Amino acid sequence: MSNAPAVHTSGLVKMFGDNRAVDGVDLTVPPGTVYGLLGPNGAGKTTVVRMLATLLRPDGGTAQVFGHDVAKEPDAVRRRVSLTGQYASVDEDLTGMENVVLLARLLGYKRAAARDRAGQLLAAFGLTEAADRQVKKFSGGMRRRIDIAASILNTPDLLFLDEPTTGLDPRSRNQVWDIVREVVAHGTTVLLTTQYLDEADRLAARIAVIDHGKVIAEGTPGSLKASIGAGTIHVRLRDADRRAEAEKLLSATLDAMVQLNSDPVALTVPASSAEQASRALAALAASGIVVDDFSLGQPSLDEVFLALTASGVAA
Amino acid sequence: MTSLAAVLTREERPSRPSALAASLTFGWRAMLKIKHVPEQLFDVTAFPIIMTLMFTYLFGGALAGSTREYLQFLLPGIMVTSVVMITMYTGVGLNTDIEKGVFDRFRTLPVWRPAALVGMIFGDVLRYILAATTIMLVGLILGFRPAGGPVGVVLGVALLVVFSFAFSWIWTMFGLLLRSEKSVMGVSMLVLFPLTFLSNVFVDPGTMPGWLQAFVSVNPITHLVAAVRSVMRGDVDGGEVVWVLVASGVLVGVFGPLTMRLYNRK
Repeated sequence: MSNAPAVHTSGLVKMFGDNRAVDGVDLTVPPGTVYGLLGPNGAGKTTVVRMLATLLRPDGGTAQVFGHDVAKEPDAVRRRVSLTGQYASVDEDLTGMENVVLLARLLGYKRAAARDRAGQLLAAFGLTEAADRQVKKFSGGMRRRIDIAASILNTPDLLFLDEPTTGLDPRSRNQVWDIVREVVAHGTTVLLTTQYLDEADRLAARIAVIDHGKVIAEGTPGSLKASIGAGTIHVRLRDADRRAEAEKLLSATLDAMVQLNSDPVALTVPASSAEQASRALAALAASGIVVDDFSLGQPSLDEVFLALTASGVAA
Repeated sequence: MTSLAAVLTREERPSRPSALAASLTFGWRAMLKIKHVPEQLFDVTAFPIIMTLMFTYLFGGALAGSTREYLQFLLPGIMVTSVVMITMYTGVGLNTDIEKGVFDRFRTLPVWRPAALVGMIFGDVLRYILAATTIMLVGLILGFRPAGGPVGVVLGVALLVVFSFAFSWIWTMFGLLLRSEKSVMGVSMLVLFPLTFLSNVFVDPGTMPGWLQAFVSVNPITHLVAAVRSVMRGDVDGGEVVWVLVASGVLVGVFGPLTMRLYNRK
């Protein structure tokens, strides 16, 4: 039992009318790690999480949490998991303290123990001063913190975080990341959904990239990057008008496909060595194209994602 | 400041609360919501006062010769009408509450499933008691003198509250079934207006046409009003009281499971 994966799904399907929101998802989440579900809006990430958290019944396939089937043993699953939804999963009319005490009581803490536990949690999340304020008066970052505080009341074995940093400022985002690392260090498995590639890259041990309800790639951040090529040259030009010219030049020099980003002065080219990079730079300089910024590095998850989804559309 | 590491250490988890404890905790949530948004009590105080004053002075002289005379007949009925009408806010409240993210959290907790809804209705029961008390006070001021005395009044109110608790399960079902707060309100009105007015609340059904009498005599509100009147009069009609208690049981037995079915699928 203790060897069971935190999450194991096979051929998981959820239909909304004719729309296959989740279309045959196979996932295995090893316990004690952060697992990232990465994908754009509407990819089906939240629907997967809602099925795993027993909020939605799967229409096909199976899903197990620590070996318990979500459809057949929902109560056993609920005893092990905790959910922080995409929107505030606390009561906005109640104060921070009342919210945490309420949930503590529902988890079985007696009156005094519930107050103690709530006080400790609020202190640990830097919310002591806001304890007696209604949650609707909290800032975005404070709301996220009270949400996560409420979720780890009982130190769950599996914590679902559905887009935990969407809409947060960089400081609050860093706080949430620190919390996630701390929670995992104490043995909780975290299943995180995000549309930020950077976030998945920093936190997750493994990532599943989801698009149109299907897993289009799965692996460690490193292996995902490697699967798309060893490295990438990033170029930013001074003059957007010369990008077409630079594109031709680079593709001829390096014999590779040049990617045009939405940024009108930027180009990326797969490349594996510094020698190739210097040839590219020399070619641009020889034609009098001014380069503002030039770097050679591993492809970012953004590039991995663009490449994967683009190939998905083509296929 | 307590460190995050300290709160994350795994202690023995408390055992799961009983069904009653979980329901009462959700009831506490309903009371906290009243504490933070006391304006919501306006519905359960002002509306009953207006109903009582309006119908006493509108019909009193014409129907019973004097308003005081009419009040002895009307008050238990208007109390039933007001409180039963207030039950629809249970459905409206649930419909808006369930859309919020906090219900996702409640539904992933390992507690007795119906607790969230039972607790919500416990909170509403408090509102029913408040409305009934308000009407009784207004009635006593206007000259209502129940022969059953304080005991009769308390038992009458208790019977009304039991029935209203059971009746609320119809609205929790509609609250989950219908899409918007407005449609819940619309359906509630459609059911409640005929149910409360086509009864023995305002007049003796004896003068009504036969087909209407047929409806009035099967209307649960008629039986509830007859039972509450008899208890407050100090001349308990055991048959009507049993009818009301059985009807309450049937309402919970039918609409409780229907509500839970919808709640689990939402």
